[in-house]
Amino acid sequence: MGKTLYQKVWEAHAVRELPDGRTQLFIDLHLIHEVTSPQAFAMLKERGLKVAFPHRTFATVDHIVPTHDRREPFEDPLAQAMLEALRKNVAEHGLAFFDLDSGRQGIVHVIGPELGLTQPGFTIACGDSHTSTHGAFGALAFGIGTTQVRDVLATQTVAMNRLKVRRIEVNGRLAPGVTAKDVILHIIRTLGVKGGIGYAYEYAGEVIDRMSMEERMTIANMSVEGGARVGYMNPDATTFAYLEGRRYAPQGADWDRAVAAWRALASDPDASYDDRVEIRGEAIAPTVTWGVHPGQSAPVDGRVPDPAAFPEEERPQIEDALRYMKLRPGQRLSEVKVDVAFLGSCTNGRLSDLRLVARHLKGRRVKKGVRALAVPGSQAVARAAEEEGIAEVFRQAGFEWRAPGCSMCLAMNPDRLVGDELAVSSSNRNYKGRQGSPTGRTVLASPLTVAASAVAGRIADPREVFDLGGAHAAD
Amino acid sequence: MPPIKEIRGRGLPLPGDDIDTDRIVPARFLKTVTFDGLGDALFYDERYDEEGRPKDHPLNDPRYRGAEILIVNAGFGTGSSREHAPQAIRRAGFRAIVGESFAEIFFGNATQIGLVCVRAAPEDVAHLMATVMERPETELVLDLAAGELRYAGRTAPVFLPEPVREAFLEGRYDPLEVLLNAMDRVRELDRRRAAPGKPGLY
Ligand code: SF4
Repeated sequence: MGKTLYQKVWEAHAVRELPDGRTQLFIDLHLIHEVTSPQAFAMLKERGLKVAFPHRTFATVDHIVPTHDRREPFEDPLAQAMLEALRKNVAEHGLAFFDLDSGRQGIVHVIGPELGLTQPGFTIACGDSHTSTHGAFGALAFGIGTTQVRDVLATQTVAMNRLKVRRIEVNGRLAPGVTAKDVILHIIRTLGVKGGIGYAYEYAGEVIDRMSMEERMTIANMSVEGGARVGYMNPDATTFAYLEGRRYAPQGADWDRAVAAWRALASDPDASYDDRVEIRGEAIAPTVTWGVHPGQSAPVDGRVPDPAAFPEEERPQIEDALRYMKLRPGQRLSEVKVDVAFLGSCTNGRLSDLRLVARHLKGRRVKKGVRALAVPGSQAVARAAEEEGIAEVFRQAGFEWRAPGCSMCLAMNPDRLVGDELAVSSSNRNYKGRQGSPTGRTVLASPLTVAASAVAGRIADPREVFDLGGAHAAD
Repeated sequence: MPPIKEIRGRGLPLPGDDIDTDRIVPARFLKTVTFDGLGDALFYDERYDEEGRPKDHPLNDPRYRGAEILIVNAGFGTGSSREHAPQAIRRAGFRAIVGESFAEIFFGNATQIGLVCVRAAPEDVAHLMATVMERPETELVLDLAAGELRYAGRTAPVFLPEPVREAFLEGRYDPLEVLLNAMDRVRELDRRRAAPGKPGLY
């Protein structure tokens, strides 16, 4: 019987079984940022411990950085204090840090792959649930809590329970205007936000095989919204082509050895899975959320659901979501007015996202009254976007072009919703209050849908606004 | 770490499924370099309006002041991996949570800091919530050794993974000491395995 990549990577990293039944797992790569690390360093100090293997921890600053004015000290003294604490901790322990002046700063899940830190077969931990993003490379990557950040700093290991593996095959083809973001929103709606609890998701199938690494990252990123702590794709030629020549990737003869090892890590054809699901690419439409969790979504050309159509026990949750979102049952999604368009985050703040949007945005204007933000995921993305003229397309169209960071994805910096503003957002979470206002409303969507909505001033179908062709259901 | 065998205290009902970590601690309260004072941020946006005036919420209800056991429904703690969520609950004075189910990362984070999360059957949770809402002064006894919750003359079975239960009973819920015991083997893995910018095994 063959093995899955999950099994192989797990076995290669198991230090031993612990008395509590968990496994002590070696972590190849530890990423840290300013929000979930300071308390971990303090706990380390309390115990008189040091970072055990400093060459395996890399730091960046992303959540609290302002994206409009980066001069220090920041307007917000708490944000400045967090940055200072990180600087002090990395200096004290001799850790690599991609600070604001490094030219390599960015969202932790954007820079890891970009710098080649993220590699197939690695175990990767970070005090951030979207660490699942790195699974796109065939790594076993997961979010940990601050106490576990301490554990990794002190021992380069964590105590973990082994997960079951569900293979999700997306086969067939995607229609024009349908992107990786729509695929993952569709998967989450199909399997539920709790469907992945206890599972690692292995994404496969023709649609996934054809995807670029950046598209795969968008999908792996939101595994956690589907309840799966880990999501991964098997490494293939696309993975290797992406990594070759990156700063921290193996070089020369080491590169060839690494590629051979990576190939062998992919799940065996006769591997057995705890569950299998198949999804048809043709069945996926551009998708947007209408509720307050990422599973409450519908095709963009559809309608807000009617709670009456659901089983009785599900109704109260849906009614509550519609009240919060100020939407009417049966209302066309395309009638919903948009106040803010946010393009960015570790889900969709990469160069290919911005490129795709810029291609269609050229010559169009953001609707008057809509506040539109484009926030590149990293300094490298920002530079490339300037060089390619993409940034200029966004500015011309009426987007504010910002400096890299998490920004309005969770609004720990000054970028936030005000009152009950409604944002169409390329980020990953639409929980109540997520974007900085306790009554702010978030509609999750693909970058194309965000841009189309910015232009239309309402939730809009990118196939219509950008003349992408392809049939879509009129209902 | 002190063993945790039994938790006695009053309960605080927090009805609703899928209460996520953004609601438990709104993101703006993550802007801190310490966990101190986080107890005040617990459910902030549900407890206070935009002017900071208290709203109708069990945590603002004087009848529940000093409660030590939180009672929740299904999917509690879904969302982010932020340990700020269990830390805030712990620092607001709670030592245990009884609920229908918990999000995985939340459960792990809570366990490591000695915040006991136990599952109970939906009908038992419903009965417990109703009892505590009617009579907030009811004393609850969460008996981890027996695996049960006793209150108002009633006994309900509670569940948690056996190894976790043992870890509480034996005071081993924070795994750092145990992890530190295997450093020879860990050093060997570090030497053999590839790291960013350094060749080795995959
Ligand atoms: S972009 Fe959003 S989801 Fe991603 S790391 Fe930043 S805050 Fe978290």
